[in-house]
Amino acid sequence: MKHTIAILVKDHPGVLARVASLFNRRRFNIDSIAAGHSEKKGITRITIVTEGDDNILEQITKQLNKLVDVIRVRDLPKEASVERELALIKVSTKSTDQRTEIMQLVDTFRGHIVDIDKQALTIEVTGTEDKINAKLKLLESFGILEISRTGKIALARGAQRILN
Amino acid sequence: MKLSGTEIIVECLKKEKVEVVFGIPGGAIMPLYDTIYQKATFTHILTKHEQGAVHAADGYARATGKVGVCIATSGPGATNLVTGLANAYLDSIPIVAFTGQVISPLIGTDAFQEVDIIGITLPITKNNYLVMDIKDLAPIIKEAFYLARNGRPGPVLIDLPKDIQLAQTEFHYPENYRCSGYQPKWKGNLNQIKKAAQAIQEAKKPIIYGGGGIINANASEELREFVQKTNIPVTTTLMGLGSFPAEHPLSLGMLGMHGSYYANMAISEADLIIALGTRFDDRVTGNAKNFCPQAKFIQVDIDPAEISKIIRVDIPIVGDLKYVLTKLIQLVEPKQEKDWLNRIATLKENNPLKYRKDNHLRPQYIIEKLYELTKGESIIVTDVGQHQMWVAQYYRFGHPRSCISSGGLGTMGFGLPASIGAQIGCPEKRVICIAGDGGFQMNIQELATAIHNKVPLVVLIMNNGYLGMVRQWQELFFGKRYASTSLEGSPDFAQLVQVYGGKGIRVSTIDDFNSALVQALSERQFFLIDCLIPPEENVFPMVAPGEPINKMLGGNES
Repeated sequence: MKHTIAILVKDHPGVLARVASLFNRRRFNIDSIAAGHSEKKGITRITIVTEGDDNILEQITKQLNKLVDVIRVRDLPKEASVERELALIKVSTKSTDQRTEIMQLVDTFRGHIVDIDKQALTIEVTGTEDKINAKLKLLESFGILEISRTGKIALARGAQRILN
Repeated sequence: MKLSGTEIIVECLKKEKVEVVFGIPGGAIMPLYDTIYQKATFTHILTKHEQGAVHAADGYARATGKVGVCIATSGPGATNLVTGLANAYLDSIPIVAFTGQVISPLIGTDAFQEVDIIGITLPITKNNYLVMDIKDLAPIIKEAFYLARNGRPGPVLIDLPKDIQLAQTEFHYPENYRCSGYQPKWKGNLNQIKKAAQAIQEAKKPIIYGGGGIINANASEELREFVQKTNIPVTTTLMGLGSFPAEHPLSLGMLGMHGSYYANMAISEADLIIALGTRFDDRVTGNAKNFCPQAKFIQVDIDPAEISKIIRVDIPIVGDLKYVLTKLIQLVEPKQEKDWLNRIATLKENNPLKYRKDNHLRPQYIIEKLYELTKGESIIVTDVGQHQMWVAQYYRFGHPRSCISSGGLGTMGFGLPASIGAQIGCPEKRVICIAGDGGFQMNIQELATAIHNKVPLVVLIMNNGYLGMVRQWQELFFGKRYASTSLEGSPDFAQLVQVYGGKGIRVSTIDDFNSALVQALSERQFFLIDCLIPPEENVFPMVAPGEPINKMLGGNES
């Protein structure tokens, strides 16, 4: 089963290496990892999507909590959180017709064209992982040149925060 | 007044009441050594290899309960610490290690003797630090000592670029340490402790399975008191030896792969297992899936991550063992399960540890004799292998911190340097190092450290001419193909010690051994006895790998 884990860490050099090394050494899987500033100065928020049963999730949480630079660890259940991922997709365009077709498609799924060139279009898509996968499938037939995905980020629904 | 980085380190070590450090200088750590030379209030012991320094700090920590400190230079000096740090990490031993590093502008350029020791030691330290700003130095040292000794203890490494050692700043040592992340939970949850007391009350066949956590928590007194009140038999891991007196009628000795037959049988029959400061290692559980499936489990540990890591327990308690046991003693009613205690007594009586008693000088006899002459009042430091298991089986440890052994990592070469550290930490005690002829040669260079510093160790070499434990497995599981386990070419250790300036004697008979041991124990100087023992003696009983622990080879009388 997939889990989304939010980890608040001190913004120290090497902290990402500590977290990644722990997952690696204990054979925990990392599906995606995203890191960036949190609402508080000096604290970084890492979001990791991992796979495993309840026992594994419990071990991941406990082992993460042992890292001195880790401040909080929270499992964010899908039904109680908002999840997004951003993808940039570069698609090749061979003709004006094709380009129009793609642009209509992008419009329908509420993506944005962020770069245009004679041979290619770059499309920005945000959404859940499933949504992005569906869009990619739609665009496949045009020829996808490159994809860059951020990995999932998530917040719990409602007013609650991880850090009080 | 401004102090240099190295002056700050020396001041911090003074504040942490450090009495002795072990280490070796080198290019990138020279400023620190220069300051130690001029200003240190502690003793510095120069070892002959950095692995010797870290094991000595480890032995010192285990024997005294204080933080062990060691120093090495950058590059090879730092990498030579790696085995010792891993050793301390797996056994939860408090160590602070200082390493030199190339000047900060050169970090990342593959400079001379540069190595990423932070990256290398990431998974084998509790935490580690690369100091990049002189202002961070004192707070980092404070944090390092706090982390090493609090919660579940462990090694911490501080990497010191040479320019940071030389930089200057105002010195202020923080009085208190507060960490937003790491906060060990000292007090066990009272409701959980009540549940445990209830389960203990209801159990018909309870057993205590104790580990090194009892020793780390200094909770031996409380354990004894608890057993006094509840009459629950106690078996321990290798790391737990000494936490409960072996001579106590309710002691079952060690359990597990080379545990006593009666300990393994008793725990397999128990209906309640009280796991105290122990982590269900595979050497204890055998195949964990078959480990006591009928029993209920209580587990007490200061480290939440150890709870239910291997076996899902029924009543977990996160907390300090001294605290939890004190509460438990208050909460339990006195009890005595007569049928169970009779069963335990029968198991013990019918299945004693046994070996062939003839005119050969057998290792089990050596340990029994040593126990008889020292009355269990010595600190016994072992190396790793067959002799270690014979010590665990036949030396009847009576006190915490009297058994010092590399448990989790099983580091051959640990014994000699660790015993140096233990003896320096406990000068009034008799420290005896027991090693095999294989492991002894893995840090044999520390003979010079011991003898030069007049460390009055008694060393017993169990010399069977083999890497004995590996040979035993080859005999039992690899068709007697003794691949690369013969130690032909080893020196005469007694003569070798004499060259270093110590006393050494080689014995091969019971009589010669007896008189050599009496002599060694009557003196107060480095004294090695090289004991030639039967080459193919095996450690029994044993659980074959992958088997449940109640299936033992060479266990009962059959």
